[in-house]
Amino acid sequence: MSTIAWQRRGRAARKTWSQYRRDREGMAGLVVLAVFVIVAIFASVFADHDQLNPVNTTGNPVWAPPTEVPPLGTDSLGRPIWDQLVYGSQVSLLVGVAATLIAVIIGTVVGVVGGFFGGWTDSVLSRLSEWFLVIPFIPLAIVLAAILGPSLQNIILVIGVTSWPVTARLVRAQVLTVKQRLFVERSRALGAKNAHIMGRHILPNVTPLVIANATLTVPVAILSETTLAFLGLGDPLRVSWGSMLEEAFSAGALGREAWWWYLPPGLCVIAVVLAFTLVGRALETIIDPRLRAGWRG
Amino acid sequence: MSLRYAAGKILGALGTLAFVLVFNFFLFRVVESNPVATLYRGRNLTDSQREELTRQFGLDGSKLEQFWRYVEQTAQLNLGRSYASNQPVVDEIWAAAPQTVALVGVATILSMVFGILIGISAGWGRGTNRDRMLTSGSMTTWSTPDFWLGMILLTFFAVRLGLFPTGGIENPADNSTGLERRLDQLWHMTLPCLTLAIAYVGEFALVMRSSILDVMREDYLTLARAKGLRDSQVRDRHAVRNALLPSTALIAINFGFVLSGAIAVETVFSWPGLGLLTYESLRGPDLPMLQGLFLVFSAAVIVFNLVAELAYPFLDPRVRHR
Repeated sequence: MSTIAWQRRGRAARKTWSQYRRDREGMAGLVVLAVFVIVAIFASVFADHDQLNPVNTTGNPVWAPPTEVPPLGTDSLGRPIWDQLVYGSQVSLLVGVAATLIAVIIGTVVGVVGGFFGGWTDSVLSRLSEWFLVIPFIPLAIVLAAILGPSLQNIILVIGVTSWPVTARLVRAQVLTVKQRLFVERSRALGAKNAHIMGRHILPNVTPLVIANATLTVPVAILSETTLAFLGLGDPLRVSWGSMLEEAFSAGALGREAWWWYLPPGLCVIAVVLAFTLVGRALETIIDPRLRAGWRG
Repeated sequence: MSLRYAAGKILGALGTLAFVLVFNFFLFRVVESNPVATLYRGRNLTDSQREELTRQFGLDGSKLEQFWRYVEQTAQLNLGRSYASNQPVVDEIWAAAPQTVALVGVATILSMVFGILIGISAGWGRGTNRDRMLTSGSMTTWSTPDFWLGMILLTFFAVRLGLFPTGGIENPADNSTGLERRLDQLWHMTLPCLTLAIAYVGEFALVMRSSILDVMREDYLTLARAKGLRDSQVRDRHAVRNALLPSTALIAINFGFVLSGAIAVETVFSWPGLGLLTYESLRGPDLPMLQGLFLVFSAAVIVFNLVAELAYPFLDPRVRHR
């Protein structure tokens, strides 16, 4: 890649960032995300992993409210809620990002190939995305998770392979317009092969859209992980916010009003999902000026 | 609407249904090779008993034969027998469906009406404090796991305040009949219904808001204002009517998805519908039941999609004449 291209890209990135910085909601989302990412990466600094294993918590009081065991009390086995919450952030973020990565890769490939080649390739791929779009997502994920067995990889895989059609559709539509642009025609006139045009012209032009879309796919993936874990399909060896809710529900925390057990994980899910959504919307606004307030086309 | 348009859409839906059937068959067959062995583990079965059971579950013959039989049986609404209860899957699904349809139907209508009103109000006053408040509220409910909201509402209204029952569909000790029984069931439905309504209202509001924003750029709104119409008249007669179109499609599609969306919420409130049935079938796992449920959930989406596509030309003349 030539230096000129990199300089141009650097300028574009700086411009995007200065636009992004002006979006107050987007910045708020970014800050919240940064906090959760730091907590997830340095979980061992903030919490004690040994406390997650009930073998080590026999000395703790059970069902202790936050006043008794600060900061957040304990569950039915004496495990502190705080430590579970901190380590739970790892699973939620990991599943959200990894599943999105799978979905975005499949979706982008399908969308670019379909949109670029057109014809029957496009018909087949569009049909396939339509089919996957009507398959109800949560039941499919439940069925797959039930069949494949509960593990972190399977959860990621299940959410990933069921969330790609939206990306594929968006990318395809964008490719169809980019394909018509003059620089593609120029490149073709200069003798460029399909692979070159797709890699150097089409893909860079759909990347911003893909990134914004990916940011909006992560929250959906995180919510799905929470639901699947609540239904008992999460990784039994790892604590996640969804599995905390599942354990609280099965242990009868609702009847005992042990709100300190199930209130915090839900609030964390809301915070992370909302943060990703705000960041995604801010990115979308930068890409698509029609979304800006006061824009009159 | 041209007959060709309708025929095309119906054919498309049938194609999708065929895909779902194939997908459904392989999803379950490829994975569990011998459910009889799993199910009757630890019991001594004679070879003839084993064969009899294998035949009963439709697992004899080649995969192709099995597939053909599966298609035949599904066409006759025979979805096999549940591993857990040994009852026909169709009967159990049929018994559970009305509860889910009632719960989800009422919740969807509620969230649709309020979502559209909120969306109009927010979109029309774009950038105002009201818009910011409504939009961030909608985004928050969208971000909330529905079953968690149910847990919170359940603790507060049922456990703490004792205003509502904590779960189920009716009071088992109470053997009243007729209207009184219906009212008791409605009483039990209030909290799960409220949970779903709040969980879905945000999405409807956000979609309606963005379609209002799309419409706001149109020339006919400028014209309507130039005619001297009041702001509320411009909004109700010109903006809302056109903005409702894209929302209608989404709403119809959502109806299909919502049927399956209530799985976790039904579990929280032990509401005896398709969702709770799904949750219970997971324990086994009761594969024929899950397979049947998956088919029903998918078929619902396909049917509502088709309804939306067939209704669209009636609602939008521009589609009709294309």
